Amino acid sequence: MDKQAPTILVVDDDADFLEQQKITLESAGYEVWTADSQKEAEELLEKQCPDAAVVDLMMEEADGGFALCYHIKQKHPDLPVIIVTAVASEAGLDFDAATDEERSWVKADAMLAKPVRPEQLYKELQRLLK
Amino acid sequence: METLRLLVVDDELGMRLGVEKALRQYTVRLPDIDDEVSYEVEKAEDGKGALAILNERPPDLLLLDHKLPDITGLEILDKLNRGESPETLTIMITAYASLETAVTATKRGAFDFLAKPFTPTELKSAVRKATRHLVLQREARRLAEEKRQIRFQFISVLTHEMKAPLGAVEGYLRIMKERAAGDDPAVYDQMLDRSLVRLEGMRKLIFDLLDMTAIESGQRKRELQTIDLKEAAERAVETFLPEAEKRDITLELHAPDSLLMTADRSELDIVLNNLVSNAIKYNKDGGRVDVTLSSENNHANIEVKDTGIGMKPENAEKLFKDFVRIKNSRTRRILGSGLGLSTVKKIANLYNGDATVHSEEDVGSTFIVTLQRTPADQEV
Repeated sequence: MDKQAPTILVVDDDADFLEQQKITLESAGYEVWTADSQKEAEELLEKQCPDAAVVDLMMEEADGGFALCYHIKQKHPDLPVIIVTAVASEAGLDFDAATDEERSWVKADAMLAKPVRPEQLYKELQRLLK
Repeated sequence: METLRLLVVDDELGMRLGVEKALRQYTVRLPDIDDEVSYEVEKAEDGKGALAILNERPPDLLLLDHKLPDITGLEILDKLNRGESPETLTIMITAYASLETAVTATKRGAFDFLAKPFTPTELKSAVRKATRHLVLQREARRLAEEKRQIRFQFISVLTHEMKAPLGAVEGYLRIMKERAAGDDPAVYDQMLDRSLVRLEGMRKLIFDLLDMTAIESGQRKRELQTIDLKEAAERAVETFLPEAEKRDITLELHAPDSLLMTADRSELDIVLNNLVSNAIKYNKDGGRVDVTLSSENNHANIEVKDTGIGMKPENAEKLFKDFVRIKNSRTRRILGSGLGLSTVKKIANLYNGDATVHSEEDVGSTFIVTLQRTPADQEV
């Protein structure tokens, strides 16, 4: 077992959301890196690799979150990626990476709708970091 | 050039061939949609043959004889109404100018009727009329669908923009409730401040949305009166002077002694307030904002020039659309609904004018709004 705290990369263009995820994840014992754009996240990933990534869909470029997930999975196929999004419900799209086929398409291991409840996020992280 | 398919159903061979010949080279111009229509003629000699084609590939236009060897034209019309080809427009051919049949046919959904015998000119005239109706009807349907799509998109983005601040405030409240950020009260004070900022942003979004829907719906009564644009600009400058001074930004108005125009006061206020407020918000501390009014023929020009962060030309083009905000590290903490400039443009359009921007990244932006000083139609 790894004794060190797992590192989570959180990517979102909403500064407040980043701040909140940092506080809640840190209080749950994770180490947190934040990035507020696809670009910043990719630069960070060039240098280091976290244990998991939490990525928002709605970033500068309309599909920045998807593109980022795709790149992460290309480089680190085993790195768990959780997509968080506020888009799902109002666009009438019900994202739920439930099956292997869906997971392979969205290149994410889980999808959570915003606002994300901390318990939900912990649960997913625990499941994926096993 | 669009080709419409026309099916002629008549048991007389001469009739079928005559229609085909008359329409072979015939085209109809439709100035409304700037298009031209030609015809491809298909023929059927009885009801059975007609129904086969109608089921297989419904034509755009149906030229239907009432007296057929097997069934009547009216029966075909009824089947057509029950079927799934409401797109087909029918012109009924009635044998001996029987008004009764014509009336019945029209009641059962025929668009028009032609009385036998008819000349090629009469045929063309009826076909032209039906074509115009058909094409305009389709165009109207297409526009309605497009409108529905735009509305759906707008509401999707709107709800997303409303949920973001709600989520942010809710997130902070949860952290505060759980005391999840440790024991330092200063950290919680910051969260309260950020929550208030996000709520203010939401309030601004709601007000901008109200402005925009009022302008767009045309429901609001416009009160057009003679207004001095200079006075309106002075009011806007005064309103934002404290905000400018806080950041050491010089805000100046350059205008002729008076610039009279026929306008709605609150519309002018929305335009000026948005432009001046943006010029300050997206400026650098210690920068400048110059508001310059001028007139040219029957147009008044409002120019607002800032020394702010500017933007790339490809972003400048998108700026006047609903909910478009240029997102980058420098705009991230600036409040905005993404509706202000699109409303400015909509108002400018009400005055036969326009809103444009010239911008250079890191140097600044110049927004220019032109408004017609005396509208052609005074009452709206």
